[in-house]
Amino acid sequence: MLAFLPATSAFASSPTNIFDPAATPARSIFSLSMLVLSVTLAIFLIVGGLLFYAMVRFRNRPNDSEHEPAQIYGSNQIELSWTVIPILIVVMLFLSTTRVILETEAAPRPASAVDVTVIGHQFWWEYRYPKLGVVTANELHIPISDPKNPTPTYLEMSSADTDHSFWVPRLAGKTDLIPNRITTMWIDPPQAGLYLGQCAQYCGAQHAKMLLRVYAQTPEDFAAWVKQQQQPARDDLSGNALAGEGRTVFLHNACINCHTVSGTAATGRFGPDLTHLASRDTIASGPVQNTPANLRQWIADPNVMKPGSLMPSMHLNDHELDAITAYLDTLH
Amino acid sequence: MATATSRLEAIDQTPPATEPPRQSVMHEWITTVDHKKIGIMYIVYALLFLVVAGFEAVLMRIQLLVPNNHFVSPQVFNRLFTMHGTTMVFFVGIPILFGFGNYLIPLMIGARDMAFPRLNAFSFWISAFGGVLLYLSYFAGSGLYGAGSAPDVGWFAYAPLTAKVFSPGHSTDYWTLGVLLSGVGTTGTAVNIVATTICMRCKGMTLTRMPLLVWLFLVVSCMVFVAVSPLTAAQVMLCIDRYLGGHFFDTQAGGSAVLWMHFFWIFGHPEVYILVLPAFAFINEIVPVFSRKAIFGYPAMVAASVGIGFVSLSVWAHHMFTVGMGPAGNTFFVFSTMVVSVPTGIKVFNWLATIWGGKVVYKVPMMFAAGFLFQFLIAGLTGIMLSAAPFDWQLSASYFVVAHFHYVLVGAILFSIFGAFYYWYPKMTGRMMSEKLGQWHFWLFLIGFHLTFDFMHVPGLLGMPRRIYTYEAGRGWEMWNMIVGIGALIQAIGMLIFVYNLINSYFRGEEAGPDPWDAWTLEWATSSPPPAYNFAVEPTVNSRRPLWDLKHPEDPDSSFE
Repeated sequence: MLAFLPATSAFASSPTNIFDPAATPARSIFSLSMLVLSVTLAIFLIVGGLLFYAMVRFRNRPNDSEHEPAQIYGSNQIELSWTVIPILIVVMLFLSTTRVILETEAAPRPASAVDVTVIGHQFWWEYRYPKLGVVTANELHIPISDPKNPTPTYLEMSSADTDHSFWVPRLAGKTDLIPNRITTMWIDPPQAGLYLGQCAQYCGAQHAKMLLRVYAQTPEDFAAWVKQQQQPARDDLSGNALAGEGRTVFLHNACINCHTVSGTAATGRFGPDLTHLASRDTIASGPVQNTPANLRQWIADPNVMKPGSLMPSMHLNDHELDAITAYLDTLH
Repeated sequence: MATATSRLEAIDQTPPATEPPRQSVMHEWITTVDHKKIGIMYIVYALLFLVVAGFEAVLMRIQLLVPNNHFVSPQVFNRLFTMHGTTMVFFVGIPILFGFGNYLIPLMIGARDMAFPRLNAFSFWISAFGGVLLYLSYFAGSGLYGAGSAPDVGWFAYAPLTAKVFSPGHSTDYWTLGVLLSGVGTTGTAVNIVATTICMRCKGMTLTRMPLLVWLFLVVSCMVFVAVSPLTAAQVMLCIDRYLGGHFFDTQAGGSAVLWMHFFWIFGHPEVYILVLPAFAFINEIVPVFSRKAIFGYPAMVAASVGIGFVSLSVWAHHMFTVGMGPAGNTFFVFSTMVVSVPTGIKVFNWLATIWGGKVVYKVPMMFAAGFLFQFLIAGLTGIMLSAAPFDWQLSASYFVVAHFHYVLVGAILFSIFGAFYYWYPKMTGRMMSEKLGQWHFWLFLIGFHLTFDFMHVPGLLGMPRRIYTYEAGRGWEMWNMIVGIGALIQAIGMLIFVYNLINSYFRGEEAGPDPWDAWTLEWATSSPPPAYNFAVEPTVNSRRPLWDLKHPEDPDSSFE
């Protein structure tokens, strides 16, 4: 029954359907899952059918004789057969599974691979591109990978606090981010697009709102994105007095203890890097659209949108909120 | 019989009975060391917690009925799933199964009590205290002027979320101590069961004639020794971390989060079998009696149980396929996990063969057993899917896993427990449970169960992780969560009918008589409820089904052994 579900429309409408793979790791899992589903479905039909038949066929009928049925205590031949057949099925499934494990975990890594360091935080994602000098948060940009000339993205992952898990179902299975330990995984979507997912290991109050957004881009788009992210924050705010004022508010509050805006005194690393905040589609690690109104409300009190978030309200007045929102809006 | 009693009187040196001091009923139950009373107390205490933890589940399902719901806050939701899981495993599953074990084992092996009656009482009270302590956290978790709070670290409490820095206050300590005490009680009862089955069997009851239920409890008890000790050790280490500056699991100071996972799951996976083997035990008694046939392949059933016991100790890291163990580790645990399906399959086939050629009487216990057989088959098959590590990389920590283990815990274990209630209630109380209400209970619970847990697999396949207090619209999860929630409410109604039936039948149920099911094991040779001493004289058995031999002297089992 389960094997037919993926074909239904209810599945097709989901952006996080594991049966709609869009990268090699997810695809090899998909083919293994189809094998396992077919085998288990066959077992279910045979054994379930026999059970059902026996339960109906051998029910006690009102006009049956009073005698007890014949007592049968066992049969070595029959029992041997239903031991050996399952063993054969297990061996078959084990070998197929092992092949996929090796295909995914022991795949040779091409020299053209892109490296990203992923650090899980309560409750957001930090992405660092060590070879490109880019630091960003919550929205992962990767190049698409042409199967003929593969440029897979390798994620080296760890956590700054509790356990997390990186799960974008259409790209790959999940891999945990564990403090004091480095785990790796790789993804190689051939199609450009936005792939969704979210943290899959319970990590505290806002585990639910720790969403993943992976933007797979054509090589040109990706190069342009990298070039833009490598720039320091815009320094010249002379045309925008409110934003200039906002920068002063930002730099004179505790914001700078946790956030970085490159080129300024703000070098904190506890919260997301804001150098190019305005270039992102979402804030609050995914659940909120990045519009000035939302951003203003978020800064006023993050706990309204995301109760349990570790960012405190700085108790700014309305004018300061307007100013700081205007400033953050310039950080393209 | 009569001659035996008169011989006893001849050598009886007891002084003539004086009027026993009058004691309140309360005093009698608190001070009792009778295995039957302790068994009933275990069951009643577990039932109370079952209702509480079931209520917690209903609250969670209401929160998840629709996207972006604000029925409970994220903090409250996180406490709900932590308390639901911890309660169900440690304060419902284990006590209810050990309650039946306590009640039935001495009766089934023709003994007068457990080997260590006082240890038995101690184990019960220390476990019960653990449960009370866990719930005390609602008042005392953050101290009284912090208005208290229950633990919110999840039932497997992964490090370092339990470290002082991420879990201030005392809620995690209540969790640690509650679970630790329950472990002490579990170990005590396991010691008792092993000693009882080894030393207290009546004349003629060799190990190969022992009822399968007793065999399974023996295997479970041996597993408890191996499985509960690492959990206890881990809880002590966690206390040291939190209060004495230890760094076992404190990753900020170089400790290991994965170490906790190993400690927890080398307990946690055998724990699943510790819960499911007693469920098999009930089915092993119910299916033959209602099919009117001897169990098919008794030696194979014993061998499969012992085999599951051993293999289940080597599968724990299949809970950790996503932590990056590497291909070698993953492959090993794939293999050991898949191997479990072989002895488990043998059991299913033997139940099938027991039914085959029988005359199946569909009384309520057998209806629940039938539900068990189908649901356990499905739970086993989704288990095979999860054992294929790469498939598990997608499914683990998703709602698919939640659906899978609830299929085991509810579809298999709880169904068999319900069967056991209807089957042995007449023995325990002397009265039958209402068959009509029992059927209502069965059908409502069956429908509710399938609405909830069949459809719960789907959001997992669509990327919904477990333990999220809310979700956004547009991920394709809305419809499924709505169905799941409706099923949960139907199950709750079925559960209420069951509780009403339990209470009402105690006062108004039909008289049961000693042997209402025409069964074959020794507990049915006593009156219902049995006297405090169980058997006036030690019974002698010649086969696996002593009452069959009595009822069918022309065709006794003993002639086939």
